[in-house]
Order: sequence, then structure tokens, then C-alpha cells
Amino acid sequence: MTSTMGDRLVDYDELLTRYEPVIGLETHVELGTASKMFCGCATTFGAEPNTQTCPVCLGMPGSLPVANAAAIEATIRIGLALGCRIASWSRFARKNYFYPDIPKGFQTSQYDEPLCTAGHLDVEVDGETYRVEIERVHLEEDTGKNLHVGGATGRIHGADHSLIDFNRAGIPLVEIVTRPVPGAGAKAPEVARAYVTELREIVQALGASDVRMEQGSLRCDVNISLNPVGALEWGTRTETKNVNSLRSVERAVRFEMRRQAAVLDDGGRVVQETRHFHEDTGSTSSGRSKEEATDYRYFPEPDLVPLAPDADWIESLRASLPELPAARRARLQQEWGISATEMTWLANAGALGLVEETVAAGAAPGDARKWWLGDLARRANDAGVELAELAVTPTQVAELVGLVNDGTINDGLARQVLDRVLAGEGDPAAVVEAQGLAVMGESDELVAAVEAAIAGAPDVIAKVKAGKVQALGALVGAVMKTTRGKADAPTVKRMLEERVLGS
Amino acid sequence: MTSTRNDLTSADVAELSRLLSTGEVSAVEVTRAHLDRITAEDGRLGAYLHVETDAALAAAAAVDEARAAGDELGPLAGVPVALKDLVVTEGVPTTSGSKILEGWLPPYSATIATRLAEAGTVLLGKTNMDEFAMGSSTENSAYQVTRNPWDTDRIPGGSSGGSSAAVAGDLAPWSIGTDTGGSIRQPAAVTGLVGHKPTYGSVSRYGLIAFSSSLDQAGPMARTVLDAALMHEVIGGHDPRDSTSIDSPLTGLADAARAGAAGDLRGVRIGVVRELGGEGHTDGYEPGVLARTREAIEVLAGLGAEVTEVSCPSFDLALPAYYLIAPSEASSNLARYEGVRFGLRVGDDGSHDLDEVMALTREAGFGPEVKRRIILGTYALSSGYYEAYYGQAQKVRTLITRDFTAAFADVDVLVSPTTPTVAFPIGARVEDPIAMYAADLCTLPASLAGLPAISVPSGLSDGLPVGLQVMAPALADDRCYRVAAALEAAQDAARGHRLLDELPGRGAAA
Repeated sequence: MTSTMGDRLVDYDELLTRYEPVIGLETHVELGTASKMFCGCATTFGAEPNTQTCPVCLGMPGSLPVANAAAIEATIRIGLALGCRIASWSRFARKNYFYPDIPKGFQTSQYDEPLCTAGHLDVEVDGETYRVEIERVHLEEDTGKNLHVGGATGRIHGADHSLIDFNRAGIPLVEIVTRPVPGAGAKAPEVARAYVTELREIVQALGASDVRMEQGSLRCDVNISLNPVGALEWGTRTETKNVNSLRSVERAVRFEMRRQAAVLDDGGRVVQETRHFHEDTGSTSSGRSKEEATDYRYFPEPDLVPLAPDADWIESLRASLPELPAARRARLQQEWGISATEMTWLANAGALGLVEETVAAGAAPGDARKWWLGDLARRANDAGVELAELAVTPTQVAELVGLVNDGTINDGLARQVLDRVLAGEGDPAAVVEAQGLAVMGESDELVAAVEAAIAGAPDVIAKVKAGKVQALGALVGAVMKTTRGKADAPTVKRMLEERVLGS
Repeated sequence: MTSTRNDLTSADVAELSRLLSTGEVSAVEVTRAHLDRITAEDGRLGAYLHVETDAALAAAAAVDEARAAGDELGPLAGVPVALKDLVVTEGVPTTSGSKILEGWLPPYSATIATRLAEAGTVLLGKTNMDEFAMGSSTENSAYQVTRNPWDTDRIPGGSSGGSSAAVAGDLAPWSIGTDTGGSIRQPAAVTGLVGHKPTYGSVSRYGLIAFSSSLDQAGPMARTVLDAALMHEVIGGHDPRDSTSIDSPLTGLADAARAGAAGDLRGVRIGVVRELGGEGHTDGYEPGVLARTREAIEVLAGLGAEVTEVSCPSFDLALPAYYLIAPSEASSNLARYEGVRFGLRVGDDGSHDLDEVMALTREAGFGPEVKRRIILGTYALSSGYYEAYYGQAQKVRTLITRDFTAAFADVDVLVSPTTPTVAFPIGARVEDPIAMYAADLCTLPASLAGLPAISVPSGLSDGLPVGLQVMAPALADDRCYRVAAALEAAQDAARGHRLLDELPGRGAAA
């Protein structure tokens, strides 16, 4: 193990004067099928360890796999969405290696006959489009999960024993492999991140997976190499695993670029190896070296028959693909009349669908955006959840917007209403009704509050009369406070001005 | 040492079925007769690794009760059966002849075990075998030597040698064997039994401990062709748990056997494979084996079959191709035995790391022949050698299939000796793997092409049984049964009794 602390790093901008990066991504997506890839076991996330297993996914002697048709279909749909060629004949292969989390002593995967090949995905970074070529999309099975007990790090080193949960073993896993992507230069980290983001959107739009990186249903390995500017050959690459968030994808690329630049600057040689990404430090450390890596002895899986998807069926799948995220963004951007940058914000916040539904429920696009990207985004962030997980529906947001626009409530009241909606107290109109949160007119109560404020602050009145009109702001605040925000601030200001300045 | 004749343990299944369904004997009587004989004789033969005494009697009693209650029972209800020890049986020890699975109690049952149970058959026990089915003599069992009832100094064939010895030795009326390169047909041949390897994909492999996935097939080992066909009809047919299972019904096998026994083979075209014991290809074949083969073919011709010689030149390459493909698949199939989830675990005392525990477990748990084949297969699949070995072997497989296709354009079945020699003495070939492998010379082509092939007795040579192999196109298993039954009926009639009745100690009585 190389100490991560010892890695010298070159300044990012400086390294770009001497080196060009080439990136490549291998992304694993756990499909959201109801059953596993080769048996009928359930795939529910978070179940008690080893409760979703059977002789097949435990690799018991004599057991045999049967391929999950829904997983094959989902893989082909992902391939079609990425513009891939769908193989008319494809086979599973055995990838042989020993590890306790692979029950059969081999992983059933695909080797030289994958389901989908030769696609691409265009991603946009700062208004510029980068084409990422897709080498292949293939189908395989997930491994079990090792739990190392007793060590400080949760890693195998230092642990006193290990446990294995085979619930995950055999869950269908789609691997999407890019071709090397040169030419991204300084933008390489952002391009990598944008690629994974876009891929996630596509898989989500297809309904093929819940693609939750924090639960491991989308996992990323990042390949990076550096070569001297203008060099004809690419450098030696490293493969960084355990990159489990979009932000980490970006950080991992940046870190590896800076680390490799230092190695090369020192006259060293980048070792072709697997590296692990550490979320806490944003650094990578050396794993096993590929140069001493296993020979996987791939060969066609004799327990499964070859896949020969019917051409007509593939065409029907192609025809039934949903609108893909890029097309949808372009359409909505035009419909809503917003800039590409605003659209990117919406997409990155995971707010696109929510805004779209809110607009469909009657809100103006601008209002819908304002709430989802503003207050709601802040609340989601505070709670550490996705926007879509908040306990408020687009219909409720649209209703809230309507109440603001017709003057029933103001923005401040709307936030209070929102709190109560999120607390499960009902729809916005009902909350306004039940809590009496509507804006106060020029009622006796408000007149009393305004007069009390004037009476209670003779010094402020004196200042205002002496010409410092803006000092009235403090009194507006006081009135808003005594009315618990229900007053309309411009009205209060006007009432104060009338009484103090006599205008 | 020799046993007395016992009608219940020497009867064929068709007869037992009749006795049971007419109520002349009870299932408990039949089962007890077999268990008693196992107790008396298996110390000598070593056919069984595990006997299910209590469970068998309970299952037999249940059949008798059901019959007494007037339940509609299948024709095989109450007939005992023995299973090769690689057929996974829930709650019943299943070792595949290996120490690495000693003590394992499976949590599920193989499809064929379930189908036999559903037919009302009574499981007597699990039979000895070469470890992971790798061998032709059963001497590679990690547990015990099994002896040939015809001559206990000789091997019972392999790898299904426990299954052959049990049936020939009257310790079971019939049994399940499995055949990867000849492991049903060769032991059947050297013990005077009928053994059929079905078309690949026609009998479920779910729950058969895998040796070589693209070759393994389970099939019947029985005293008569009809019995074999009856068992085949029980265990065969589509199984959704096996992706390589063929979705087409398998019927008419027993009818084909009955039709063949009627003795009319007019219109049947038989091809004699030159490369398997024919002119210029007799090296390694015993004269007695070749003589019985010639005589059997003459009998078939006498029944009206049209006999011609055909050439299948690629068959000469079957042995090397097989010994690349089967070990390659085995090296992968046997990777799961590493001591993590079941079976043996060695070295887990805190002084060894994970890789060492896996290595120590496999070192202690696998026997020398299994290790030899794992090493062979691992090498053949290695990057840089894959094309030269595994890839080439697959091409040979294609050539062999083409030879069959060409031959079957002109003939209905192909025949050859089942194995080049009669049963050899125990220990004779253990030091010479190549000589051992040669026992499968004639059976390998049909295995590599996935075709059905049966071995039926053709007579004795020096007092030991010889088998004739009948091969047919895919899914034409009925042809094997028809031709084999014709030979069996004609020879039984000519000699006035069954070949098995000449087994020393059994007494030649029809």
C-alpha cells in the first residue's frame, strides 16, 4: 500500500501546461428487476443479510442459471438509448477468479460477444459538447458484499474476521464501458462527471434502475492517463475504483491527474494499477497491480444458451424508447424560455421532472423553478435527501404558487405554509385556512400593530422625520414580527409612511 | 461368499412393477429385500456410499398405505432406485465421490431426483463413483473401491461404477448414472447392463454436480432395454431450471423398446463406424470384443436391418478434443469448492490468510485425478493458449458433429463396440492415465456431438460382458432403444436366458 499522504501533487493549472489527460469510464448499473439475473430471488435493497438467496445464487453444487429476460431487455434498451449496435448473437462468458464474494468461483459476465457495442453519448460542459464513444454495454451479475469485522478501516487488512452477504450476489448488473476520451484538457474532470450524470439520467428515464450511487446501484471506475502535450502515444493509465458520487468522479480525475503529473515530473513511471478513491480525503491509493493481475480465463458459459434477440423485437424496443433526457431538456428549455445554464442547474439539481410536473399543474415555469431550486433545494440539502424525496408534490407546489400569485399569501407566509405541508399537515390552501396564514388586509389588528410600533420607537420616528426615511425599515420589521409575518410588507410600509410622514 | 438367488432383487423393473401393482408383493417387501442384500453383499462390492435404510422403508410403507387406501399410483410406485452420488438429494449426503463434499447435506433436490420420487420410486441410497465423475474405473473415488460383480478383482467401469455394480450385483433393480464421455455406457458394458446416454438437453442437469457442463447427461442403467426406456421417460423432458434443456416432449421410448423386442428391423439402416474398431482401427481393441461386436451386427442384419460400413474420420480426434474441453469446463465448475460456503475447510485456524485457506482446502479435498484435470483445464483456458487448445478442440467438436450429420444422411443408427476391452483388473491402469482414458475411445464422439447412445450387452468374452453401442441423431433416442431391444430379445431367445443370469453365483435360470 502506498501512503496517500506521501503523494506529491502538481498544481492543476500548471500540469495542464505540460500534460494532456485521457479519461475512460466503466460504469456499473444495478438493474431494478424484481428478481436476480439467474434465479428467482428478490432484489430488495437493505434486506437482512442472506435472506434473498437460493442454491443458484449461492453457487451450490449442481445448481444452474436461467437468464432473466427482463434484464436482457433492459440492457438492450440502455444500448439503444446510447445509440449502440445490438448484437444479433451474444453470449455469456465465465470470468474465473477466486474471491469469497463470488459464489461459483467465476462471475457470469460477457466477454467478446457483448449485447451492445459502438454507441456514443454527447455531454455538455460550459456550453461545449464532448462526444464520449461507448465501446460496449454488457450484462453480468453482481457479487456478494464482504463485511470485514474488527479492523479500524473496514478493509480486509487488520480485520479479525469477515462476513459475506449474498443478497447482492446475482443481481443483474449492466456494465457500460467508454472508449478512451482524449481532448477534454482542463475540462476532463467535468466531462467525466457530466458523462456519469447524463448516463444516470438516461437510465433513470428508461426506468431500468433507480441509479442511486449512495446505495451502490450505480458505481463508477475511472481510468486516467496523462501524456506530454502533443505526444502521439497515450500514457499508462490507472483505474480508480470506489468512486461513489458524481462529485467524487470529478475529484478522482483531478486528483489522479495531479498525482500522475508529479510522478512524471519526477522522471517516474505511472504504474498500471487499480487504485481506491477515498471520499474523506479526495485522494486515491494503490490497490492490486494489474501487472500481476489474474488471468480470468474467459470462456463461453456452457450452462446458458446464446442470446439471439429478434430484429423485429429490437426495433419495437427502439420505437418504444421514452423521450431521452437531452431531447427533453432541449424541448423544455425552449418551452420555458430559459438559458442553457439555467437548464443545467435544473438538471443537476434533479429538479427537471419536478418543475415540469409543477408547470403541468398550473404554475408558471419561472415560479416553479424558483421554488424547487430555492427553498425546496435548501430544505432537501439540509435534510440530506434528494429533491424528489421531499414530502411535497409538484401539485402542492403549484397550489402554493397560485396562492402567492393571487395575493392570498406572500412569500414569507408561503414558506411557513410549506413547512406545514412538509410536516404532513395537508395541501397549501388547507394549511392557510387552518392556520389563518392569509395576508392581513388593512384590518384593525394591523392598524393597531402599526400604531404600537410607532409609539414604541420615538427615536426612530425622530430620525425619519429628520430625513432618514430608510429607518422606517426597522418598524416594518417590527410590525411583521408582531403579526407573525401575515402582514403584507409593502402595505405596512405605506401605512407607516402615511402616519409618520403624513403623505 | 456367493448369494442365493432372490427373485425380488434379480427381477427387472417391468416385472417388479407388475408384482407391486397386482399386490403380489408389497413395496416394503421389495425394499427390505434390497436393503437386506445390500447389508449382506455391499461389503464385498462397495457399490454404495450411503444407504437410506430408514427413509427407504418409510417411503415404501407410504406407497403401500396409499395403495391400500385405493389411491391411483403410477406403475413405478414402490420400485427401488439407486442414484449416483452426484445427483443432489435434499437432506441426503451427496459427495460426488470427493472428500471436499464430505458431510454436505444439500438444501435442495435435483430435478431428476424429484421426478423419480414423484413417480413413487424408493431411494435406496447413493452410489460410489470416480471423484467428480473423472475416471473410467471408479478407482478415483475418494472413499472406496467398487468391484465388478462378474469378477471382484476387476473394475465395474466408471465413473458410474457404483451404479453399475449395484444393478449387476442385485443391490438395486436399476440406477441413475451420468455420462460425460462414456460414464454410463462403459460401466454398463463391462457389467452386462443396458446404459443409455440421452440426447444432450433431453434430461435436466439441474442438481447434477457438474463435471463438464456441455457434455454431462444423466441416464438410466438397467437390466433390460425396456427398463432403461421406462426410467428415461420418468426423468426426461423439459425443465425450466436448466437453460440447455430442450423443450420437446420425450415419449414413445418404452414403445420403441417393445417394438424392437418384436424382432423386426426391416427398413432400419445400420452404419458400422470404421474408425471405432473397424479395419485399420483395431489397435487397443480386444479380439473378443471385436468378435462379439461382429456377431451382434450379424444378429441385427438377420432381423432385417440393412448394414453398411461408414467412415467418420474426425472420430480419431475425439479423445484429445475431449481431454481439453472437459477439463477446461471442469476447472471452472470446480472453482466453487474453496471452503467458504459448504464442505471441507482446511487451515482456518487463524494462522493462514484467505488465499491459503482456499489453497489448503483444495489441496486436501481433491484427489490426484481431479487436480490433474483442473491443471490441464486451467492451462488450456489461459490467455495465449486458449485458441490453440480450447478453441481448436471446439473446432474438432464441430468436425465430429459434421461426420455424424453426414453419416446420418445415409443410415438411421451407427454402431460400434462400447469400449475396446472387457473390465480390466483393479489397479491395472491407475498409473497410466492415457491407458485409462482409452476406455472412453468409442463413447466420446457421441458425447462431443450431444447425441443419444446406448450400450446393450452383446455377449461375453473370457466370461466377461461386452457391450454394443448404438448411436442415433439428436432426439432420436427411440432408435437406440429399438435397435438395442431387438438385439437383446434375439440373443436372450437364442441362449434361452438373459446374459445377466450367467453372472457367477446368480444361477442361469430364465
